[in-house]
Amino acid sequence: MSALLSVERLDAFYGSFQALFGIDFSLHTGESVAVIGANGAGKSTFLKSLAGLVKNRRDAIRFLDQDVGDRGAPEMLRMGLALVPEGRRLFPSLSVEENLLVGAYSGLRPQPWNLQKIYELFPVLRERRSSPSTVLSGGQQQMVAIGRALMSNPKVLLCDELSLGLAPIVIEDIYRALPRVKASGTSVVIVEQDIARAMRSVDRFYCLQEGRVTLAGEPGTVDQGDIRRAYFGT
Amino acid sequence: MVWLDTLVQGILLGGVYALFALGLSLIFGVMRLVNLAHGDLIVLAAFIVFVVMTSFGVSLAAAAVLTIALMFAIGFLLQRLVLERVLGDDIMPPLLVTFGLSVVIQNGLLLGFGADSRRLQAGAFETLSVDILPGLSIGVAPLSALMIAVGVIVLLQIVFYRTSLGRAFRATSDDPQIAQLMGIDQRNVYAIAVGISLAVSVIAAVAFGMRANFDPSIGPARLLYAFEAVIIGGLGSLWGTLIGGMVLGVAQTVGARIDPEWQILAGHLAFLVMLFIRPRGLFPARQP
Repeated sequence: MSALLSVERLDAFYGSFQALFGIDFSLHTGESVAVIGANGAGKSTFLKSLAGLVKNRRDAIRFLDQDVGDRGAPEMLRMGLALVPEGRRLFPSLSVEENLLVGAYSGLRPQPWNLQKIYELFPVLRERRSSPSTVLSGGQQQMVAIGRALMSNPKVLLCDELSLGLAPIVIEDIYRALPRVKASGTSVVIVEQDIARAMRSVDRFYCLQEGRVTLAGEPGTVDQGDIRRAYFGT
Repeated sequence: MVWLDTLVQGILLGGVYALFALGLSLIFGVMRLVNLAHGDLIVLAAFIVFVVMTSFGVSLAAAAVLTIALMFAIGFLLQRLVLERVLGDDIMPPLLVTFGLSVVIQNGLLLGFGADSRRLQAGAFETLSVDILPGLSIGVAPLSALMIAVGVIVLLQIVFYRTSLGRAFRATSDDPQIAQLMGIDQRNVYAIAVGISLAVSVIAAVAFGMRANFDPSIGPARLLYAFEAVIIGGLGSLWGTLIGGMVLGVAQTVGARIDPEWQILAGHLAFLVMLFIRPRGLFPARQP
């Protein structure tokens, strides 16, 4: 089976600083994959490369059988790849509902996610629909950020550090949504520092260390010691 | 009655100043660009309307509609071909480029049309008036200018707060990078914003060109009034801009009533006083 999204020998740079070295990665339809690693391992850069915020060699990234490494973010979104950015980054001058609606800006795929479905997924957002996004709690803001990305009905949803700065019980609320996202046919890539949390929700994982893939496999079949070594490099 | 008349004339004049200011305010709000050529673009629009009227023999209204479409296209291309290249973290390059544009437009118009004053002829419409009180009559043309200013603001508010394009404007203004992740191509959003700004300038040009003479050199002064209206009203509030224009207009007509030489000075003094007592303007936008 050919991959929905595949990455070959991806090098990414911030100016003259090289953040990623020869990354190979693949994602299949309906699959969920975690990218784990310590601070500065290159996880966020990797997601930004996929989302088109960091541009790369054209043939480094293949999505829907097209070489897309050099495409910009708006184009990637229209092709069906949405990113939930680290730190949520909601639009402060837009209400909760407007933040969700702006997610559907491209208007290309109206199904299955729409306002109604997002409010069913996160009922608390319906009550807060007219509030400015800035007055919400961290967890609620994260729900809006996920909902906003889902509104474009992506084929691939990229989530950067969903648990960042949230209480454990809130994190569970957020993660409870992922199976329903998968069930809707969307493949999911999550980036997490919290290894245990990430491993519980995915089919496969990649571990990054200093910009390189140090380990890949399925949770449960890989030895904890191997993961620790791949993570910390000790 | 003389003073009531002065007040009413000032408010009507404020409508024209608000029209000057709306385009400026829009571009600043969406892309944080201060367009120093805004006044000259208004004068350019007035000349285009003038040329369309005289060479095709069409009415002022028809010429205005045609020029609105043309100026929207000019604004779109101006952004895509020129301004886009200098927008960035540094605010200096776009300031210099729009300043240069201002010089080019002024001198281009001088070359093409000479330094003679023109006026947009609206026929009998110019002199029509309605009596609202015994002894107080209002010109229909200035009254329509004010109503059009209100209409333009209502329209812009609907675009900004009720449409997908408006959400894209506000999202891009908040966070251009994340807006891209929503599939919003900021190059097009900015180009549409400049296009709308120049389309509104045409309306300003017509409202102004009917009541006063214009020549290629008057752009910078219009820019100044526009700035003052925006600042008095408070950045980011279109209704504030209308009130700002009215404060300016009333100050000018009151100044002129005391002594005709005081008209311009009184406007600037009112601006300075407002800046002193309310530095953020009358209706500053809510800080996020």
